[in-house]
Amino acid sequence: MTGEQFVFLAVSGLTIVAGILVVTLRNLFHAALAMMLSFLGVAGIYIMLGAGFLAAAQLLIYIGAISILIIFAIMLTRRMMQAQDTPFNSQAGAGLVTAVLSFILLVFVITRLWRNEIFDSPPEVPTAIMNQIVVQLGSDFVSPGAYVIPFIVASMLLLAALIGAVYVAWPQVEDEA
Amino acid sequence: MAINTLSQLAVYSLVVGFIMTFVVITGFAYTTLLERKLLARLQHRVGPNRAGYIPIPTRGGKERKLLGGFMQPAADAVKLFFKEDMTPVMVDKWTYFLAPIITVIPAIFILAVIPWAGFVPYITPEGRDYFAIAPGINVGVLFILAITSISVYGVVLAGWSSNSKYAILGGIRASAQMISYELAMGLTVLVPVMLANSMDLGVIVEGQRGMWYLFLQPIAALVFWIAALAELQRAPFDLLEAEQELSAGFTVEYSSMRFGMFFLAEYMKMIIFCALFAVFFLGGYRGPFVDQVPALGFVYTALKVFLGLCVMIWIRASLPRFRYDQLMSFGWKVLLPISVVNFMIVAVMIVLVEEGVLGF
Repeated sequence: MTGEQFVFLAVSGLTIVAGILVVTLRNLFHAALAMMLSFLGVAGIYIMLGAGFLAAAQLLIYIGAISILIIFAIMLTRRMMQAQDTPFNSQAGAGLVTAVLSFILLVFVITRLWRNEIFDSPPEVPTAIMNQIVVQLGSDFVSPGAYVIPFIVASMLLLAALIGAVYVAWPQVEDEA
Repeated sequence: MAINTLSQLAVYSLVVGFIMTFVVITGFAYTTLLERKLLARLQHRVGPNRAGYIPIPTRGGKERKLLGGFMQPAADAVKLFFKEDMTPVMVDKWTYFLAPIITVIPAIFILAVIPWAGFVPYITPEGRDYFAIAPGINVGVLFILAITSISVYGVVLAGWSSNSKYAILGGIRASAQMISYELAMGLTVLVPVMLANSMDLGVIVEGQRGMWYLFLQPIAALVFWIAALAELQRAPFDLLEAEQELSAGFTVEYSSMRFGMFFLAEYMKMIIFCALFAVFFLGGYRGPFVDQVPALGFVYTALKVFLGLCVMIWIRASLPRFRYDQLMSFGWKVLLPISVVNFMIVAVMIVLVEEGVLGF
């Protein structure tokens, strides 16, 4: 086993174990921390794939913002040390369906790729692109030939969410009637 | 010695990393002394002057001492190590033990991308263009922002796991404060990135060959400095450990070296943010004659860090603490709009200069 395989096993093991802990831990705060660990494992996988930018974005957004917001919410709403909940709720059925369907999807994708040439030797990315990967990403986001429409759609969605958040948080005016 | 294989690079990074971590931890010890001495002088006191001095010959029957108190950090460390390490009964054990460690790790992580000097032929092997633990990371700035956003965890975990009302109040204040000021800091950090046209910290330093970004962008520098103070929880933003209201906030249940770890992380981050400010706005390791004698880069970095630390301590001695609502409205209603407008102005200016509309 090469060093790279060992690191990959360690990182993906961390991701999976932490993911299982998220849904099995009774203590909500601990579950949130396990989720952050799982995100950390995903960032490790990105680094192994040579996607430093994606790894940094994963750290910044998922761990630095989303997880901390969840933890903040738990700290504000639950009683300390009594954040005990059952791991099952009414959405267990929907979760089961999603999990089974994703599993089937994964089985098909992996069996298609198995013993395929892409599987054995992944295509080389030109070094000119690798050296300028952030610049390339930026220009692809705004060039009409690439991802400008998904980029604008995502931006509109975020803007709408932002305006919605401001509206919800806006102090309500008392009814005069 | 040239670096060719990945394992050689790993060995190089390990050696440099070990040395730099050691240097910064020693720096931490003496920053505590600097802070106590300087604060004392600013308040017309003497400060610690008993632990260790160099006796020099008496003159006129008067006993004279040099460098009084320079062993004070060692005395403090010994005191911290030999104190009883108490664990309160009702704490959440795992997170309670992990919190100090999680606080220190991000502080050490940021060290990886900071350039301490330019290319130093007799220290840096061939092909490395500047002296850092991991030189040439092309997302260096993003890495710094990511790691600083993680560093809030230590404080939050410590606050929550202590199972004490002072601690959890400190933890909640910390998380809100750090999330709020991260935005302004991220936006101002982008200004040097745009000016240098790179996220590599070494390129940002080299981009300041003609003029420091401090003079080009004084507003960005000021906003970055304020946001850094808030991120470090230094005065006047230290209200999550406000002694008077929260009796030291999230560290209240910690004792002995566990408390020392929080202390260590705070002072290490002070040094690191001063180094970052130097890199982004003060020309990093650049200074007179640095092209002829590259090792001078270490001296210039150290000087700039020292200057930054002195300003931080001076601010602590001068300004009263913010109230919590003032802190929030200052972060969101003053700093964030300023940094957004500044960011847009810089972006438009760069485009105009590149298009040849404005001639500089």
